[in-house]
Amino acid sequence: MAGLVPAVHVLTAGVKTWMPGPMPARRGEVSNMDAGVFAQYVMNGLMLGMMYALVAVGFTLFFGVLDVIKFSHGDVLTVGAFTALAAYAGLRALGINSSWFELVVMLVLAVFAMAFLGMAIARYLVMPLRSAPALNTLLITLMLGTVLRECVRLFYPQGANPKPFPALLPRASLDLGEFNLRLDNVLMLFAGGLVIVGLQYVLNRTKLGLAIRAVAQDEETARTMGINFTAIVLITFAIGSGLAAFAGVMNGLYYNEINFGIGLYLGVIGFSAAIIGGLGSIYGAILGGFLFAGLQIVGTVLLPFASAYKDVFSFAVVIAIMAWRPTGLIREKISERV
Amino acid sequence: MTTIYRTAAAIAAIAFSFAAATADAKDKVKVGFIGPLTGGVSVNGLGGRNSADLAVRLRNADPKAKYEYEMVVLDDECKPNVAVQVATKMAADKDIIAGATHYCSATAIATVDTYHKFGFPVIVWGAVLPDITYRNKYDEVHRVNGTMINQNDANAELISKLGYKTVAVIHDTTDYGKGHNEYFSKALAKLGKANIVGTFGVTADQQDFTAELTKIKALNPDVIYFGGLTPIGVRIRSQMDKLGIKAVFDGTSGIVSDAYIQGLGPLAEGTLAFREGAPTEKLPGGKFFMDKYNAQKYDNPPEAYGAFAYAAMDMILDTIEKVGPDRKKVIAELGNVKDRDSIVGKITFDDHGQNTVPVITKYVVQDGKFVEWDDSEYAGGKRKLPGQK
Repeated sequence: MAGLVPAVHVLTAGVKTWMPGPMPARRGEVSNMDAGVFAQYVMNGLMLGMMYALVAVGFTLFFGVLDVIKFSHGDVLTVGAFTALAAYAGLRALGINSSWFELVVMLVLAVFAMAFLGMAIARYLVMPLRSAPALNTLLITLMLGTVLRECVRLFYPQGANPKPFPALLPRASLDLGEFNLRLDNVLMLFAGGLVIVGLQYVLNRTKLGLAIRAVAQDEETARTMGINFTAIVLITFAIGSGLAAFAGVMNGLYYNEINFGIGLYLGVIGFSAAIIGGLGSIYGAILGGFLFAGLQIVGTVLLPFASAYKDVFSFAVVIAIMAWRPTGLIREKISERV
Repeated sequence: MTTIYRTAAAIAAIAFSFAAATADAKDKVKVGFIGPLTGGVSVNGLGGRNSADLAVRLRNADPKAKYEYEMVVLDDECKPNVAVQVATKMAADKDIIAGATHYCSATAIATVDTYHKFGFPVIVWGAVLPDITYRNKYDEVHRVNGTMINQNDANAELISKLGYKTVAVIHDTTDYGKGHNEYFSKALAKLGKANIVGTFGVTADQQDFTAELTKIKALNPDVIYFGGLTPIGVRIRSQMDKLGIKAVFDGTSGIVSDAYIQGLGPLAEGTLAFREGAPTEKLPGGKFFMDKYNAQKYDNPPEAYGAFAYAAMDMILDTIEKVGPDRKKVIAELGNVKDRDSIVGKITFDDHGQNTVPVITKYVVQDGKFVEWDDSEYAGGKRKLPGQK
């Protein structure tokens, strides 16, 4: 398990080989496309990619430290988004009207609540099953996901209906022909980028990050070096789940609507993105997220048949990539197939 | 010994009293009703059952009626497999002459073959899928309510009348959404006043529509038609706003629900939608129906399709009165229904047994409510839809 060691040279090599996928290949074919429309597609793709990447990073982190696939990750995102919405309702009931203050409280509450939920899941569901076959963890988290989703549907007031999510970011926008550049989108992209850079920093430059990487690389050795294995696993799950909550709030702010099913779909896509990037690799997950978003947009825009097939197209490409590079785009240094 | 005598006397007495009763009473005729009486849509089923029951009671109270009617009620649970069982049970009972059947499209379409096989005349009272009457040409199957075809005709007509020229279509890729797309496109082409500039199929649980909508924005249509249900309707309308698309959002019966308005808040304003049927009090015989219905003190209200269930049952009873309790004669007679007055307006069955003059209600969202188009400030000119002249 050499996954979490994010080596920059691998990324750049990967980018050279891989980034041409969606974008430049498209440019020639759509010469008649308005530059504004093109910019709009790029912006849509970046926003989607950022959300996918944040979810995918969670999958990759969990796989890194425990070699497990935690399928309830997407639904933790849903619960995070609904926690934020409940916090908003609470603040409104208290008569607080400052959108920045509301946003900060919602984010903090959602992120911490989900970090706690993630730790609880790790402590009481995932870790006790460590000696059981990996399939058991996969199944139990899959079921937990259903439980979380159904709980939101049944217990959140009118949870089965789509819920409006408040637009708390400044709504200014710049109308550049066909391109509607919105300040809130820019802010969200910036915040997302900041979170990812921050995560990088924690993983690469702090003692905690070193410990996480050590556990990811070799649990036994890490333990003998005096690293508290359980604590590191719990912290990793907290970080991953907090990221999911962040992505959930971002999802709400971007679409201004959330529903109990958002996590299911985002979970599947985040998982696929983590897989094509190479499970265990942070850069791989980010790359995978943006690649998947790119594929979906290409599927909608360029394929001659209706956009109904964009997911068929995107997932087919994922299958092709998997067949070609079974360990993902960014390979682990040592392939571990026992 | 005395016991035996006493029993014999009792039996004799009962036999005599029966003979006496039948002598001056009318012949008994059985008719059937099937609807979802349990499960998620049971309110509609119970409303329909009560309404059909009302038709039977009123007829039995009528001294001029030739027969005394008894209604056999079965529950299809809105499940196709259950529906086929109960339909078989009802159709196989030769004493039952005809039935008012089904609220759910899935059950109605599953049972048409059964009714055909048994030669059992039915009038569908609530299901809207066109295929129920149009997939086959079964003489046994009729329908008093409209289909999504009628709804889309009304939709295309309003769009054309308002002077819109270009429409982009988004539909979900289930049979429901595909049906809407097909019938709306046909209706619009027939009127020839507006063009469809692009059609986009989307999955029924899709989250992100920005790619489709960006493409639509470049096409710059006057109207975005949406054939699908509330959840993705909310997302599409909300993301239209994000991308600065000003087109009219034109939905179907699938979005006529409070959840649509709650999910969007003020953004729902000006959304168009269409639905088969009318609010009961607006129907031609609506007041009569509601008065009689309330007089019976049923536990449930008739709901949106109750009046249609009443009309279906009433038509069955009329027919039996006219030709007698014989399935074949009833089928033949139902083939001739033309401009027949009923509480839901005139009924005319085409060669597929479909009522061709159904009531369609046009809606527009105004101040957080689905308001009938003709009563709205948009129709009155006080408010304007985007691009409305």
